[in-house]
Amino acid sequence: MSSEATTAEVHGHRALQHHFANMEQQREAGTLGMWVFLVTELMFFGGMFLAYTLYRSMYPAAFASASNHLDIKLGTLNTVVLIMSSFTMAMAVYFTQMGRQRRQVICLVLTLLLGLTFLGVKGVEYYDKYEDRLIPGHLIPGRSFDPEVQKEGEPPDHHKLHLLPGATKDNVEMFYWIYFAMTGMHALHMIIGAGLLTFLLIFSLRGRFDPEYHSPVEVIGLYWHFVDIIWIFLFPLLYLLGRHFEHG
Amino acid sequence: MKAIESFEVPAPPKVNYINAQYGLKSWLLTRDHKRIALLYLVSITFFFFIGGIYALMIRLELLTPQGDFLQSTTYNKVFTQHGIIMIFFFLIPSIPATLGNFLIPMMIGAKDLAFPRINLLSWYIYILGGVVTIYALLAGGVDTGWTFYTPYSTTFSNSYVVATGLGIFINGFSSILTGLNFIVTIHTMRAPGMTWFRLPLFIWSHYATSLIMILGTPVIAITILLLAFERLSGVGIFNPARGGDPVLFQHLFWFYSHPAVYIMVLPSMGVISELIANFSRKNIFGYSFVAFSSLAIAVFGFLVWGHHLFVTSQSVYAGMIFSFLSFAVAIPSAIKVFNWTATLYKSSIIYDTPMLFGLGFIGLFTIGGMTGLFLASLGTDVHLSDTYFVVAHFHYIMVGGALMGYLGGLHYWWPKISGRMYPEGWGRFSALVIYVGFNLTFLPQFVAGYLGMPRRYHAYPPEFQVFNVLSTAGASILGFGMLIPAIYFVWSMRYGKHAEPNPWHLPGLEWRTSSPPPTENFAVTPIVTWDAYEFAPPEETEVVGRFRPELERI
Repeated sequence: MSSEATTAEVHGHRALQHHFANMEQQREAGTLGMWVFLVTELMFFGGMFLAYTLYRSMYPAAFASASNHLDIKLGTLNTVVLIMSSFTMAMAVYFTQMGRQRRQVICLVLTLLLGLTFLGVKGVEYYDKYEDRLIPGHLIPGRSFDPEVQKEGEPPDHHKLHLLPGATKDNVEMFYWIYFAMTGMHALHMIIGAGLLTFLLIFSLRGRFDPEYHSPVEVIGLYWHFVDIIWIFLFPLLYLLGRHFEHG
Repeated sequence: MKAIESFEVPAPPKVNYINAQYGLKSWLLTRDHKRIALLYLVSITFFFFIGGIYALMIRLELLTPQGDFLQSTTYNKVFTQHGIIMIFFFLIPSIPATLGNFLIPMMIGAKDLAFPRINLLSWYIYILGGVVTIYALLAGGVDTGWTFYTPYSTTFSNSYVVATGLGIFINGFSSILTGLNFIVTIHTMRAPGMTWFRLPLFIWSHYATSLIMILGTPVIAITILLLAFERLSGVGIFNPARGGDPVLFQHLFWFYSHPAVYIMVLPSMGVISELIANFSRKNIFGYSFVAFSSLAIAVFGFLVWGHHLFVTSQSVYAGMIFSFLSFAVAIPSAIKVFNWTATLYKSSIIYDTPMLFGLGFIGLFTIGGMTGLFLASLGTDVHLSDTYFVVAHFHYIMVGGALMGYLGGLHYWWPKISGRMYPEGWGRFSALVIYVGFNLTFLPQFVAGYLGMPRRYHAYPPEFQVFNVLSTAGASILGFGMLIPAIYFVWSMRYGKHAEPNPWHLPGLEWRTSSPPPTENFAVTPIVTWDAYEFAPPEETEVVGRFRPELERI
């Protein structure tokens, strides 16, 4: 610890809350709190991963057909976008710790923009599913789940669902509720993350963070990485598994 | 030993956490863990009485074999709502959110919980969840049973399933945030010298409880969310007619709801460890065994949910493993009971009200635990499943266990919380009435259930009437017994004798500050140099001297 840090500890940093003894204790509590919270998030998504595992093993052909219908290009693009945003987030934490405020702000802005890009692309994908009548059940009034099925010998049409042998439309619906539940929950977490980043950005522009006090950036960074990692699991499970049945 | 002495004499405080600020706003925006504990205390008491009224309606209906007081549909709603209110809005927050909230920072020598604002937020979330649930009850109620089994709840029930589910979903976040706060506080906020093995056992059991809260609650959250999704969209998440699996719902539900039983009873076990050691004036027998048995219960508790599915399509082999593990979870519970009894052996027991509840807990919890083994065995469970035997068993755990611990703890720490003494005579009387009333209510149900009386029906064959009359009589006594403390606690806040800082003459940190404590708990952050329950060995009485009559005047 540098000498300024010691002085700050003696006089108390302006961000030090009354019930903590020093900044170190406050930072440790904040970080541990976020890790514990992420454990609960993991269990929350875990319920859906369990449902996915069960129904995928029950209806492999239907899941492969439905998976093939997803837009793998947009999915891949979004994966790249999120990995980049994780990188800029990590750099934002680094620059905050180094006390380089301008770079910190730039990195936070980049992270926020990449996050919004992800949500935009996701929106396009959702709209495609709406067009193809793939929203499960009667969630959208007057437009219940009823995709057109590609018939044998018809020219390929990417709006139509191609059913592999053994797959039924009903079981494809089982895939789509999981798809919407999981990516929807993930997108909700992204939206919350974008809100948190906006909050960080405002405080960062006001120069609230310094090498001595940077735990909000670090803690929200942890959350952001966690949301990215969920996507890293969702992408192969939803987009990639079973593609070889159709393509190779 | 000097450190103890320096905390023996807290200056008589003019300002404490209660009179530090006045006005409604100072309570509703407080970040003081002690004030938040009181907010919780008032709100859970409110829900307890609502749940209690439902219980009395159930008992009144079952007084006669015919369904003459409530119609079957109303009866379904009444027992469902009794379960939901009592479990999610009373038992789960009961000890952690009130006594835990109040005492954890004090017992470890901290000024507050790690996240005071999150602590206040958790109370507001609890209230929001409660308001939504009460809305659902007033709008028409819910009739699925507190277990929400599919496909009845998603496809057939014509009651307010989604609204009630939403209330429980919201309330879950309050539980998660409380658990998170406790874990972080216990890890990072301990006073200098307060090592893990000097922590009071109350802290260990709350740590274990918090682990269950943060690991289990999110699973019930997603389960309820999927249930609502299915009900609103009509997809077959858990509906076999559309490709779903109803047993998946039961797995997900019990993955939380079985450990939830330990959320209710572990904090109570923490209270009992305090009561037994302190009121027998003796170090607890096998401290580390009692401490680790809490963690063992939390871990094993997550691996036994399948014993609720013995009569479903779950594989028999899975059933055998779940049966074995359910027996295994009885071991750490038994370790606790044996260690408590060993602590009592040759000690000088003080039979004050808290200790009466504590001793009551040991007896009732033992009965509840032993009858649990009947249900953990594959063979007997098939006979006893969905009978009153099950009802009696889990009431022995939840009321005989959790509620007795809650009441014992409330009496024990009442002088610290309110700064006043409760009337001891009335306290002992109420403990006795509650004990008798409880046993009279639930012992006959074991017999009725064993003979085949099913649960969740408003009418029953006349041969079961004798057990039900006994049970209803017991419930009336129990209800009366609950009213007595409610009245004298309120009474004591104004008319009770002023409490000393350490009315029971005990070594714990929470007794080394004034009653009621100041806002930041301690004038100086304590430095801990002693173990929990370190009662004075004879040669050190002079230094520690907590039992010398002249010191008791302080």
